[in-house]
Amino acid sequence: MSSENKIILEASGLKAEINGAPILKGLDLCVRAGEIHAIMGKNGSGKSTFSKVVAGHPSYAVTGGKLEFFGEDLNELAPEERSKKGIFLGFQYPIEIPGVTNGAFLRLAFNSIQAARGGDELDPLEFDDFIREKLKLLKMDAGFLDRSLNEGFSGGEKKRNEILQMAILEPKLSILDETDSGLDIDALRIVANGVNSIHGDDDAIVLVTHYQRLLNYIEPDFIHVMEGGKIIKTGTKELALELESKGYDWVVDEYKAKAA
Amino acid sequence: MSTALDSIVNQPYRAGFKTDIESDTVDKGLSEDVVRIISKKKNEPEWMLDFRLKAYRHWLTMKEPEWPNVKYPKIDYQDIIYYAAPKPKATKKSMDEVDPELLKTFDKLGVPLHERAALAGVAVDVVFDSVSVTTTYKEKLAEQGIIFCSFSEAVKDHPDLVKKYLGSVVPHTDNFYAALNSAVFTDGSFCFIPKGVKCPMDLSTYFRINTQDSGQFERTLIVAEEDSQVSYLEGCTAPQFDTNQLHAAVVELVALDRADIKYSTVQNWYAGDENGVGGIFNFVTKRGLCKGEKSKISWTQVETGSAVTWKYPSCILLGDNSIGEFYSVALTNHLQQADTGTKMVHIGKNTRSRIISKGISAGRSNNSYRGLVKVSPKAENARNYSQCDSMLIGQVCGAHTFPYLEVDNKSAIVEHEASTSKIGEEQLFYFASRGIDPEEAVSMIINGFVRDVFMHLPMEFAVEATKLLGLKLEGSVG
Repeated sequence: MSSENKIILEASGLKAEINGAPILKGLDLCVRAGEIHAIMGKNGSGKSTFSKVVAGHPSYAVTGGKLEFFGEDLNELAPEERSKKGIFLGFQYPIEIPGVTNGAFLRLAFNSIQAARGGDELDPLEFDDFIREKLKLLKMDAGFLDRSLNEGFSGGEKKRNEILQMAILEPKLSILDETDSGLDIDALRIVANGVNSIHGDDDAIVLVTHYQRLLNYIEPDFIHVMEGGKIIKTGTKELALELESKGYDWVVDEYKAKAA
Repeated sequence: MSTALDSIVNQPYRAGFKTDIESDTVDKGLSEDVVRIISKKKNEPEWMLDFRLKAYRHWLTMKEPEWPNVKYPKIDYQDIIYYAAPKPKATKKSMDEVDPELLKTFDKLGVPLHERAALAGVAVDVVFDSVSVTTTYKEKLAEQGIIFCSFSEAVKDHPDLVKKYLGSVVPHTDNFYAALNSAVFTDGSFCFIPKGVKCPMDLSTYFRINTQDSGQFERTLIVAEEDSQVSYLEGCTAPQFDTNQLHAAVVELVALDRADIKYSTVQNWYAGDENGVGGIFNFVTKRGLCKGEKSKISWTQVETGSAVTWKYPSCILLGDNSIGEFYSVALTNHLQQADTGTKMVHIGKNTRSRIISKGISAGRSNNSYRGLVKVSPKAENARNYSQCDSMLIGQVCGAHTFPYLEVDNKSAIVEHEASTSKIGEEQLFYFASRGIDPEEAVSMIINGFVRDVFMHLPMEFAVEATKLLGLKLEGSVG
């Protein structure tokens, strides 16, 4: 990727805490248009926290550093405003909402984002035509639209539904938080194909994952290793294979040695 | 985010105003003399007075129930005005004769009476405080033999029907509030659908409590004869007051062979302010008797008001193959308390009942579902399905479910399902991360939650009820 490309997300020295407990302790990351980044690391290293901080989860407070989206400070923006500007978070555990149909939810989300972009909102019939095309992308049948939002969905269905939302909202930055967890190999392939076909030169993707498996299907430009609320190593996709075979400890040791 | 939630659920009551109409009231307090005065003011026959006195004497022997999961200051029954009526200016034949102040009140509430009645084909029996002011469409209904009038008129014009059915479903001995109501009720609605007649329009009554410190004691009696059908709508809203007001209504429904009664309520009485000051105490006895075979009674209620609600619209399934239904949405906010639910009593063979209850608790409120399903020994093949769902908005509200099952017949199939969900930070964040602001998110989640109940409301009422929930839960986010 060229360093000429536009910077979409920039975090520098980012610190954040929840209920007074610091989680992010000086994180640096620069994501440019067209790039795919993977953030890997052990449980509790702060990967999911970073996703939520970027999306604006109200439980997390940013206590230091810089977090910018297309050069704009994100700190003052409510989560729905961030979403309207083009930030998308694919949830690790999508929320179940009984009684609200998936179709109605998707249309409301689509129209909210369209209104913010000055685009045309779609009525239920127009939306139906639009969504059917997107459903094919993820090999989902139309029955999905009539079911309650995520209620009774299998793990794989929930994740596919997240990527379906990504497909219709066309975000500039998609952070996919452990989208691969709970997926069998077929579902993983479908989800990965979906992500690849949505991704283009103008947007960027950040994958948060434990495993290298997903990266066989979605090829990242950069791999970051996160530990103790910071990114301690950045490499190319070969790093993921190395991590898969050797684990994380050597990276941590290397980092500590450098710091000492 | 929690402040966003707060501002959404903490909307001030929007129907709070008081109409200035001279009231003709009896002094505070209750005694045999007051019962006699009420009866006399209404020019009632001797049998009606006897009914009242019997009820009053029985009431004296009864104690206020303490089992509901609600708390409120002790009611001083001697500190209540038991009769208040707008001063009669002679009987009214058309809307032009109705007090313009009164019409203004209905306008403020969004009930343009004549327009509404004409456009929607709804006959409205307006009860203002305790006396019916006008009844529309009465003549049109009369062509089919349908009687739809105030209770007072029914006592005067149809004494045999009233005598036959009054107290036949809710006897004056039934409970403390029903006894009180039987002694002092001032007016209400009476509806009679003769054999084989399908009522051509929804019958609708708007209740409104107006005089400060006046107890409101409505009496409604609906009788559907063999093969008849009727849909009845009741809607309530009250002005804002600081002192608590007691409301103890009694509603009796009687369905004969193959008759079908659908009773829908949207209730929005003043619930007190956000500190729990003021508001209506709503202690209501509603019961339907499926007397005939294959008869059906269906209750649908949307409860959004009252400081304290104590209400269990019930069905006695006496006739073989009869059906009872109860669909309920109860919303509580601030310091509101609701203990509501139903009783389905299966007596006849092959009787079926269905209960769908949705409780929404916000603020510091408490919402309890209490339901009894009773299958008596002779009720062969009785079936019941109950579903009780609770929705919590915020951190400090409460939802409780008290299901009671008494099954004395082995062939019975009784099912109960319950769920609890909430609207909290995580739910709103999920919507927000898809560009949906908290206000729209709450409205969408609530509408989804109540959908199974609202689909049973008559179309026009459903629209109104959706608006009402929106009104109760909308607000500026910021």
